[in-house]
Amino acid sequence: MSEYNDKIREISQRLLKECQVDMVIGFRKGSMPMMNEPCFIKNAKDAAQLVWDSNCGINLANYLTNRTEKIGIIAKGCDSRNIVTHIIENKISREQLVIIGVPCQGMIDKHKTTSMFAGDIQDVTEDGGKIKITVNGQVNELDKADVLQKNCAVCTHRNPVIYDEMVADPVEEQNVDRYEDVRQIEAMNPEEKWNYFEELLSPCIRCYACKNACPLCYCPTCFVDESKPQWVGKGQDPTDVRTFHFLRAFHCGGRCTDCGACERACPVGINMRVFTKKLEKDSFEQFGWEAGLTLDERPPLDTYRPDDPDEFIK
Amino acid sequence: MEHMGIEPDRIHYSWISSAESTKFVEVVKEVTEKVKALGPNQHFAKHEAKVA
Repeated sequence: MSEYNDKIREISQRLLKECQVDMVIGFRKGSMPMMNEPCFIKNAKDAAQLVWDSNCGINLANYLTNRTEKIGIIAKGCDSRNIVTHIIENKISREQLVIIGVPCQGMIDKHKTTSMFAGDIQDVTEDGGKIKITVNGQVNELDKADVLQKNCAVCTHRNPVIYDEMVADPVEEQNVDRYEDVRQIEAMNPEEKWNYFEELLSPCIRCYACKNACPLCYCPTCFVDESKPQWVGKGQDPTDVRTFHFLRAFHCGGRCTDCGACERACPVGINMRVFTKKLEKDSFEQFGWEAGLTLDERPPLDTYRPDDPDEFIK
Repeated sequence: MEHMGIEPDRIHYSWISSAESTKFVEVVKEVTEKVKALGPNQHFAKHEAKVA
C-alpha cells in the first residue's frame, strides 16, 4: 500500500503546485484505527497527509455535489462510478475534475472486525492479504478476505471506470455471483419477507447516517425532513422506519453503485443494502443497466425505450 | 413492495384507456376479489399511536 501512498501524494502535490486543481479530496489518517477520514488538501505541502489503505471505504463522490472549484479527487472503483453518476446528474462537470484513479482490492468491514474482539482495537496494519490487529497489546493476524466489507466481496468494478491519472496498474476483476443475498429474500413467502425486514430494521434509530454518507442523497431537503406534506412520520414507529428505508432505496434505483457507504456509516450495523441491491439487480436484469459505467448513456429511469419491460402492467 | 413482504395480490398495475369502461369494471372486480381473499391488510398500518 505504501507505493499507493507515495504515488497519490506525488500526483496530488504536482496537481496543486501546477494549479491544475484548487484542492484534492482524499483520505488522511483518522484519530482511531480503521477510521480514515476524508480531507480537503489545498496546499501542496499538505499533500503528505494523504494516505491510502483498506480503511478508505467512505465514498468521496459525496463531497463533489454542487462544488464550483477545480477538484482533484482520489477515486476507487465505486467512487469513480458515483462521480460518473454525479456528472450525468449535473452535480459537477467533468472539466472541473482531475480524477486520480486507485485500483481497489476491497475495504475492511469495520463492524465485523470490531465485533470479533472483546477489547478496543488499538492498531490495525496490513501487509498484502494479511491484516494485523492489535487488541489489548496482543497482535492478531487475519486474512483480509475474511473481513472484507460485504459489498467489496461481491464487487465487479474494482478499477476506476473514469480517471485522468492512475496510481497503479489495474487489479484483476472478480467473477462472483453478486445477487445471492437478494435471491434468498426473493425465495421467501410474503410473511417471511415482512418479518425479515422487520427484524433487519428493528435496531434503526433514524440517525440518517446512511443517507448522509450516500453520494446519491444530495437533495436540498430530503423527503424525511419535509413537513408540508409530511411524507413519512418522524418517529420510531416501525412503519415509518420502514417507509424511510424503502423510499430512500427507491430514490437510489438505477443510480446505486453498491459502494457500501450506507452500511459502513450505520452505527447499529444494519445492512440496508438489501433494499438498494434489489433495485440494482432489477436495473441490471430488466434494463441491462449498471450505474455509473459510462458518461454516454442516460440511465433507464430517465429514458423511454419501446422494449422497456412492461409485464407487470396487466 | 412485494420484495418487502406485501402480498403480490394487493398490488395491481393496469393501463386502461378512458374508452375502455368494460375493462375498467373487469379489473376492479378482479382486484376486489383478490384483495377480499387476502383479508384486511396487517402491514404498513399504524394500529395505535405510540406514546413516548
